[in-house]
Amino acid sequence: MIHSLFLINHSGDIFLEKHWKSVISRSVCDYFFEAKEKAVDPENVAPVLQTPHHYLISVYRGKLFFLSVVQTEVPPLFVIEFLHRVADTFQDYFGECSEGVIKDNLVTVYELLEEMLDNGFPLATESNVLKEMIRPPNILRSVVNTLTGGSNVGDKLPTGQLSNVPWRRAGVKYTNNEAYFDVIEEIDAILDKSGTTVFAEIQGVVEACVRLTGMPDLTLSFMNPRLLDDVSFHPCVRFKRWESERVLSFIPPDGNFTLMTYHVSSQNLVAIPVYVKQNISFFESGSCGRLDITIGPKQNMGKTVEGLMVTIHMPKVVLSANLTATQGNYTYDLATKVVVWDIGKLNPQKLPNLRGSLSLQAGAPKPDENPSLNIDLKIQQLAISGLKVSRLDMYGEKYKPFKGVKYLTKAGKFQVRT
Amino acid sequence: MTDSKYFTTTKKGEIFELKAELNSDKKEKKKEAVKKVIASMTVGKDVSALFPDVVNCMQTDNLELKKLVYLYLMNYAKSQPDMAIMAVNTFVKDCEDPNPLIRALAVRTMGCIRVDKITEYLCEPLRKCLKDEDPYVRKTAAVCVAKLHDINAQLVEDQGFLDTLKDLISDSNPMVVANAVAALSEIAESHPNSNLLDLNPQTINKLLTALNECTEWGQIFILDCLANYTPRDDRESQSICERVTPRLSHANSAVVLSAVKVLMKFMEMLPKDLDYYGTLLKKLAPPLVTLLSAEPELQYVALRNINLIVQRRPEILKHEMKVFFVKYNDPIYVKLEKLDIMIRLASQANIAQVLAELKEYATEVDVDFVRKAVRAIGRCAIKVEQSAERCVSTLLDLIQTKVNYVVQEAIVVIKDIFRKYPNKYESVIATLCENLDSLDEPEARAAMIWIVGEYAERIDNADELLESFLEGFHDESTQVQLQLLTAIVKLFLKKPTETQELVQQVLSLATQDSDNPDLRDRGYIYWRLLSTDPVAAKEVVLAEKPLISEETDLIEPTLLEELICHIGTLASVYHKPPSAFVEGSRGVQHKRLPGSAGSGESVESPDTGSAAGVADAPPAVIPSQGDLLGDLLNLDLAPPTATTGPPPPATSGMQMGAMDLLGGGLDSLMGDESEPPPIPLRTDTPQSPQSPQLSHQSPSPPDYSPTELGGDLGGSPAMGAGFGAPPAAMPASFNAPVSGGLDDLFDLGGGVGMPMGAYSAPKSIWLPAMKAKGLEITGTFARRAGVIQMEMTLTNKAMSVMTDFAIQFNRNSFGLAPAGPLQVLTPVSPNQSIEVALPLNTVGPVMKMEPLNNLQVAVKNNIDVFYFSSQYPISMLFVEDGKMERQVFLATWKDIPNDNESQFQIKDCHLSSDAASNKLQGSNIFTIAKRTVDGQDMLYQSMKLTNGIWVLAELRVQAGNPNYTISLKCRAPEVSQCVFQSYEAVLKN
Repeated sequence: MIHSLFLINHSGDIFLEKHWKSVISRSVCDYFFEAKEKAVDPENVAPVLQTPHHYLISVYRGKLFFLSVVQTEVPPLFVIEFLHRVADTFQDYFGECSEGVIKDNLVTVYELLEEMLDNGFPLATESNVLKEMIRPPNILRSVVNTLTGGSNVGDKLPTGQLSNVPWRRAGVKYTNNEAYFDVIEEIDAILDKSGTTVFAEIQGVVEACVRLTGMPDLTLSFMNPRLLDDVSFHPCVRFKRWESERVLSFIPPDGNFTLMTYHVSSQNLVAIPVYVKQNISFFESGSCGRLDITIGPKQNMGKTVEGLMVTIHMPKVVLSANLTATQGNYTYDLATKVVVWDIGKLNPQKLPNLRGSLSLQAGAPKPDENPSLNIDLKIQQLAISGLKVSRLDMYGEKYKPFKGVKYLTKAGKFQVRT
Repeated sequence: MTDSKYFTTTKKGEIFELKAELNSDKKEKKKEAVKKVIASMTVGKDVSALFPDVVNCMQTDNLELKKLVYLYLMNYAKSQPDMAIMAVNTFVKDCEDPNPLIRALAVRTMGCIRVDKITEYLCEPLRKCLKDEDPYVRKTAAVCVAKLHDINAQLVEDQGFLDTLKDLISDSNPMVVANAVAALSEIAESHPNSNLLDLNPQTINKLLTALNECTEWGQIFILDCLANYTPRDDRESQSICERVTPRLSHANSAVVLSAVKVLMKFMEMLPKDLDYYGTLLKKLAPPLVTLLSAEPELQYVALRNINLIVQRRPEILKHEMKVFFVKYNDPIYVKLEKLDIMIRLASQANIAQVLAELKEYATEVDVDFVRKAVRAIGRCAIKVEQSAERCVSTLLDLIQTKVNYVVQEAIVVIKDIFRKYPNKYESVIATLCENLDSLDEPEARAAMIWIVGEYAERIDNADELLESFLEGFHDESTQVQLQLLTAIVKLFLKKPTETQELVQQVLSLATQDSDNPDLRDRGYIYWRLLSTDPVAAKEVVLAEKPLISEETDLIEPTLLEELICHIGTLASVYHKPPSAFVEGSRGVQHKRLPGSAGSGESVESPDTGSAAGVADAPPAVIPSQGDLLGDLLNLDLAPPTATTGPPPPATSGMQMGAMDLLGGGLDSLMGDESEPPPIPLRTDTPQSPQSPQLSHQSPSPPDYSPTELGGDLGGSPAMGAGFGAPPAAMPASFNAPVSGGLDDLFDLGGGVGMPMGAYSAPKSIWLPAMKAKGLEITGTFARRAGVIQMEMTLTNKAMSVMTDFAIQFNRNSFGLAPAGPLQVLTPVSPNQSIEVALPLNTVGPVMKMEPLNNLQVAVKNNIDVFYFSSQYPISMLFVEDGKMERQVFLATWKDIPNDNESQFQIKDCHLSSDAASNKLQGSNIFTIAKRTVDGQDMLYQSMKLTNGIWVLAELRVQAGNPNYTISLKCRAPEVSQCVFQSYEAVLKN
C-alpha cells in the first residue's frame, strides 16, 4: 500500500514528508526531479514513474506535487484518488491548498495524514469523520483553546466510523433546515475551422448543500433521467432505486458534497451555445499576419451567455498583436504567447469582434502550427443537456425544509481549431 | 494563529530550550513543546535527542498530547530501541482502556513501531483486540497483523494470527471484512503460494455482501480479491457479475476500474449467445468513457487500461472513438495514449474521421506528438486496407507542408506502406525524391535509401541518387550505411551494366575503410556472393519479402490475457506482468483468464483455449524477472535463460577473455593448421569472410524484420547487435563465441601460465562508459587468502574529474555486502584508470536473486548514481574449511534425497583426474576420496558456502574421454547450476 508521501513545491523543494511504514530516504525523489526536468512543464510529468526499488505516483494540484512512494503492486488509481482526497481535505480544512497554508498548519496536517492512512491503508477519508476527530483550525477556537487549555482533537469515537451511514454524523441539529442543489454542466467540445462540431459532450455534476436536522431520507427525481449516459454516485445514493425507478434516494451527508456526476456523451446531440467565426492567417512574406474573430449566439435556449472569454495560443514566432476589440479588453502575454480576450456578456444585437494585425519576428518564416482558441462562458439558470429536477421529497423527519435548485452551464474544454 | 510560530529559534539552541519546556509542569506548555518538536520533525530536522523527554509526556489523559507523542514515537523508536521500551507499559495499559478509540490507537501505534522488543509485547494486546467487541478496534487490529507480518513474519505465523485474520472475513461488520481482506492480500503478496485467501463460494458470498456496505477503499480491496477467484460455472460467474455491476457507478474511479477488472475476467466464462453477455458489454462502455473526464492523472491510468481492454474486446468501445480525440490542453502523456487507442479503434467505418483528426494533430506544436500522429497515419494505412489510398494522399499533403520533421516521419511510414502494399503506390516516389535533401535523421535517410534501392528499376536516376549519398558515407550512421550498401547491391543486380563502378566503390568503402564489424561483414558477404555466384546473389538479395503485418504493435495474446487479470494495477500501466518488475513478488503465479463454458466460444476465439495451455510459461517477450537493472543497462554478459543451443555458462564471457591475453601470438601459431580456424571476428585481413553472421540484420528495413530476433539469438550469442560500440572496447565479448579448436591450445596455455590458486576470471566490462556518463567499470570477483574481493578498474572517459565514489549492493542471494567503503582516495582525472579492490563480507541482507549469483550494484560519484548487475562465480563463496570427513560425507550423501541430485556434463576438459583435483582444490573444492572403477576415476568432493550450505560432488573422469560427468547433491538444490558453472570455469582455465 502507500508507503510514503512527499509534498514538493513548484521549484522542486520537498517541504513535507510522511512515512506510514519504514522511512524512505528523500533521495528517491531524485527520479521524480529528473522526470520533471525532462517534462519542462509541471503538468506534463507522467503520473506513474518506476525506479529500481519503488514506484512514484504523483498528482499535481495547486502548483504542488503530491508524490507518493509505493513498493508493492498497488492499484495506481487508488493512490491517485487518495492523493486527490488529501488535497481536497487540505482545501476543506484550510480554505486553500498551498505551500504557505500547509506550512502554517504543519501539525494539523501531520495529524490529518496520520488519521487518513494506517500502514498505508485508508482509515478515515470522509471529511465529516475527520472533522469530528481533528477540528479544523479557526481563530476563535485557537483563542479559546489557549485560554481554557482545550484541545483540537476530539476524544470521542466518531460516530460515523461504524454506522452503516459512515458519511453522516449523528445528532445533527439546525434551526434553519435547508437543502440546496446545484446542477452544473460543462461542455467539452472541439469545433473545427468551419464551425462544425468534431466532438462534444457534457460533464454534469449535482452539488448539494444540505443542512437538515436528524436523519432525513431524501428522494430527488428528474423530469428526464434517461438523458444521462453514465452516472457516478456519492456512496449515500441507493443504487437499486436508481436502477429500477431512476430516482436518487439517499440519506445525505451533512454539509457540502457531490451527490452525483453524470455524462451526456457525444452520441446524443449536444447543443453548442455560441458560434465562432474566425480567421487567423499569416502571410508568406513580410512577417505578419491578420486576425479576425467574431462570436455570436447559437443554441442558448433564450438565455444570456455571460463571462465570455477567448484564449488564443499563438505560434512562438508571434511578436506582438495590434488588435481592436468592439467589446471587452484583450491582452497579449509575450512570454506565454497567449492572447486573452475578456468579453463579458454576449449581446446578440451587437456581436463582439476582435480584429487587427499580428507581427512576427523579423525574417521568421510563416509558422507551421495553427493557433488554437479556447472559449470560456457561463449560462445561468440553464442545464444545456435539458436535465431538470422535478421534485425533492423528504422522509423520516417531520419538519419542512427549505429547498432550492440552481442550474449553471459552463464551458469545459471548449476548443476551436483554426 | 499558525504553526509557523513553532519554527522561531533563539540563540540558546533550540534543543536545549525544548527540553526545558517538555519537562515543564504546565500541561499547556508541554503540549506546545511537543508540537514544536513534531513541527521540526516534519521538516526533517533531527530531534531524536529529545526522546526521553517526549516519552515522559506520554502518560496523559489528554488525547491530543497522546497522539502527538505517538507520532513522535513512530518516527524515532527505530533509532532508539532501548528508550522505546519505556513506552511499552503505557501502550499495554491503553490497550485495556474503556474507550475503544484509545484501545485502537494504542494497538495501531504499537504496530508502527518497528522495534523487535516492542513487537514482543504487542502479541497479547493484539490477540485481544482482534476479538474486541468494538468493530472499530477489530478493523484496526486486522491492519496491525499486516504491519506485524512485515516486521516479523514468523512471529505472526507462530502466534496463529493468520487464522484469526481469516476468521475476520466472516465478521459481521463490512469494514472489518474489508480490512481483513486488505491485510490478507498484502501478506499473500509476500507469500505467493500460501493460499491465504482461500476463496470458496461461501467466502465469496460474504465478500459480495460486505462489498455493498463498506467504504470506497474497502470496495477496492474486496473487488481486487474477488478478481482472483475462479467461478465454478457460468451461472456463478453471471451472479457475481450482476452483484458487481453497480460498482461501475461509483464516484471513485479506482472502484470503477477494479469492478471492470472483475467483469472483464468473469465475462470470459459467459457464453456469448447469452443475453446477459450483450447487456454486460453495453454496461462497460459508459463508465470507461466517464473515467476520461476525470483529472489527467486518472485519465492516464484509465487510458493505459483501456488500451488493454480494446485489444481484448474491441466491441466495447468501438462506437466511442470521439472521446479519444485529443484536446489542445491535454498533458502530453494523455495525448500520446489517446493517439494509441485511436489507432486501435480505427476501422473502415470511422477511418475518415480518424484521418481528419490525425491530420489536424500533425500541425500541433509539440514535436513528439506531431511525429506520433504522422506515424499513426501510416499505421492506419496498414491496418485498414480500404483507407490506404487516403492515408497515402494525406501523407503526401503533409509532405507538401515541408515541415522538416513531418516530412521525415512521413517518409519512414511510407516505406512501411510500400512493404504492406507492394506495387501500388510507387507513383509517389517522385514526390519523395524531391525531399531528398531535407532528410537529416538517420531513420528517414535509411527509409528513403531503402525505397530507392527497392524500386531502382523504376527510378531513372537511382544511381545518381545513391551516389549522392555515398559521398559522405563515413559520416552516416550505421543504419544508413548498411541500408546504402544493400540498396546499391540491389541496384547493381537490377542494372548491372551501368553501376559496376558504384558497387565496387561501396564495397570497398564498407570493407576496407570502415571499422564497424557489422558493416564489414555484410560487405564481405555481398562481395563473395557477387563474385562467386551472381544468380544466387540475386536470389538472396532480391528475395520476396514477407508482408508486414498490421498486428505488430499488439500485445502478445498470452501476455494480454495475464494483463487483463491485472487491470487497474501497476502491471496494467506498464503493460508488463507483475513478475517482471515488482520486487519481492518472485514466484507469483501468473494469472490467467478462466476458460469459457460455452463450447461455441472456442471456435470464435481460438486463442482462448490454446493460450491457456501455455499460460504457465512466462511469455518470451518479457525480460526475465530480477533483470530490473539488466534491463536498464542491456549489459548482461550472456542471457542466462537462453534457450537455443547448449546454454553457455554465465561466466563464459569472462573466462574466454583470458584467451585474448594470448590471442595475438596464437593467431600466428595457428595460421598454418589445416582446419580453418574460426578467426576472431575483428581480424583485419580481407581474405577471411568466414563469418557466421549471415545477415542477421537482413537487407530489409529494420522494423518488422522477422529474421532479426532469430538471428540475434541463434547466431553467435555474444556478437549481439546490441554492442554497437567499436570492438576494441570489449574484447571479451567478441571472443566469446570462438570455440572448439582453440580450446585445446588455451588449455595448455592456461595450465602452464596460471598460478595454482583460486581461479578468478579476467575483468570484464560491467558498466560501459556510455551508460554511465563516462565512467567505465570493468571488474571481476576473486577469493584471495580467504577474503572475497571485488576487483575493479574505474576508468574516467568523461571530460571532467570524478570524485566521491561510493558503492552499494542490492540485497542478494548470499548477503554479499561491501566490508568497507570504496577506497578511491584521489580524484580520477579524465582518461585515467584506477584499480580498486573492495573486500566483501557476507553479512548483508539476503534476498533470492534470479539467477542465484546475480549481484545488483549501485555506484555513485560526483556526477550521478549508476546501476549495473553482474554475476559472480559461486566458487568465491567456497570457504577454506570445506573439507568434509569421509564418514560424514557418506552419511550426508545418503541422507540427501535423490531428488536433490543434479547431473551435468563438462565437455572438452583434458585434465587428468589428479590435475583436476589439484586445480579444484585451489578454489576450495576438496577431494575427499578417489575410486577407480573400470578405468573411470571417481572423485568425491565437498565444498561449503559462506552461508553454511554444503555441496557434495561426484566427478567422473574417464581416461581418454574429454567429457566429465559431475553429480551434485545439496540440500539447497538451486545452487547446483551455479556450482556446476564454477566447476566448468575452474577446470577449463
